[in-house]
Amino acid sequence: MADKLAFELVSPEKLLMSAEVDMVVVPGSEGDFGVLSGHAPVVSTLRPGVIDVSDDGRAARIFVRGGFAEVTPAGLTVLAEDALNLAELDAGELDQRIQNAREDVADAADDITRAAAQAVLDNLQEIRATL
Amino acid sequence: MASLKELKDRIASVQSTQKITKAMQMVAAAKLRRAQEAAEASRPYAERMSKVIANLATGIAGQDGAPLLLAGNGRNETHLLIVATAERGLCGGFNSSIARLAREHALKLQAEGKTVKILCIGKKGRDALKRHCGELIIDTVDLSAERSVRFANAADVGNRALAMFEAGEFDICTLFFSRFHSVIAQEPTAKQLIPVEITAAEGEDTGLAGAAYDYEPDETEILADLLPRNVSVQIFSALLENAASEQGARMSAMDSATRNAGEMIEKLTLTYNRTRQAVITKELIEIISGAEAL
Repeated sequence: MADKLAFELVSPEKLLMSAEVDMVVVPGSEGDFGVLSGHAPVVSTLRPGVIDVSDDGRAARIFVRGGFAEVTPAGLTVLAEDALNLAELDAGELDQRIQNAREDVADAADDITRAAAQAVLDNLQEIRATL
Repeated sequence: MASLKELKDRIASVQSTQKITKAMQMVAAAKLRRAQEAAEASRPYAERMSKVIANLATGIAGQDGAPLLLAGNGRNETHLLIVATAERGLCGGFNSSIARLAREHALKLQAEGKTVKILCIGKKGRDALKRHCGELIIDTVDLSAERSVRFANAADVGNRALAMFEAGEFDICTLFFSRFHSVIAQEPTAKQLIPVEITAAEGEDTGLAGAAYDYEPDETEILADLLPRNVSVQIFSALLENAASEQGARMSAMDSATRNAGEMIEKLTLTYNRTRQAVITKELIEIISGAEAL
């Protein structure tokens, strides 16, 4: 694996991560997909989930709450609505977010928004379990 | 001529005003740097977003199933103007120039027989627009409690505009804000949000256009997902530009206020010294002529 993939993670507020990595697994809305360097150009929306970044055996896991990913010959760019690095995340903050997500589910006006909020909640709980 | 005491008081009061404007200028300079950094940090996201949308849109435009946010709903009757200004004054012509642009736009639309609705972000804009188009203002978003603009603030406004659009309450939405060029140059700008204005991707240098992309899910669904998000992103970047412009405008306004105060102090000090000398001369004359009379 000589070639590295240029990976950028961007949130509306700032550029969160810009690095050369080996592989990134992206939670696409139609299924997770791994991106190595030289991947075919793809544009995909994301579902709430965890981005796995691996580089030289080191791994970073980042939770994103929707957004979209763009693979170009130049590299991978993930535009995330809300991103949390799991390594920096503590249980208290996560619980707070789970609580918020629960309220979102309760407040949802129609089935579509409720399903979306439920997906966020499920993911958060999944992460909480692994912590 | 004013008495010595009065002049002394004037000088003291101008001096304390100068101290305040000086402090405000320095605070604005510090805030400007932060606001500028925030505006720059948000740029990659907005740029990527509009690039992808432009890419998708050129492929899909003209088709029947094009999303309403892209093609518009075909009518051109009711306009929503989102006017973003500051929460505070004392920043030169910043607020009034945005408000003026919005007002001219509103009057022009009304002259054409269109209905206009105004949504203000920031209370200074509302104050400025209240006199001429007060009845058009439907609501004001108050961000005075926020220390810096967060994406959530913009998303709230964006979602609200989207909900109104879906409910058919307006046909075309335009955003007014001030684009930040430099500390001394800010330009009030109008930007059409709904339907989306596709800025023709100039230069096509990235080789993205025409590249054989795979889309997951298909183009229409991605667009349907991206377009609403784009509205919030556009508002967010406009608010950040606005924040930087506001501090820039305040900085230059306070700089010239400080300079004016300095000039005024010089003039007053000159008058003070002249008056003091006149008083001394008068007293001497009185003493001498008194002595001569004896």
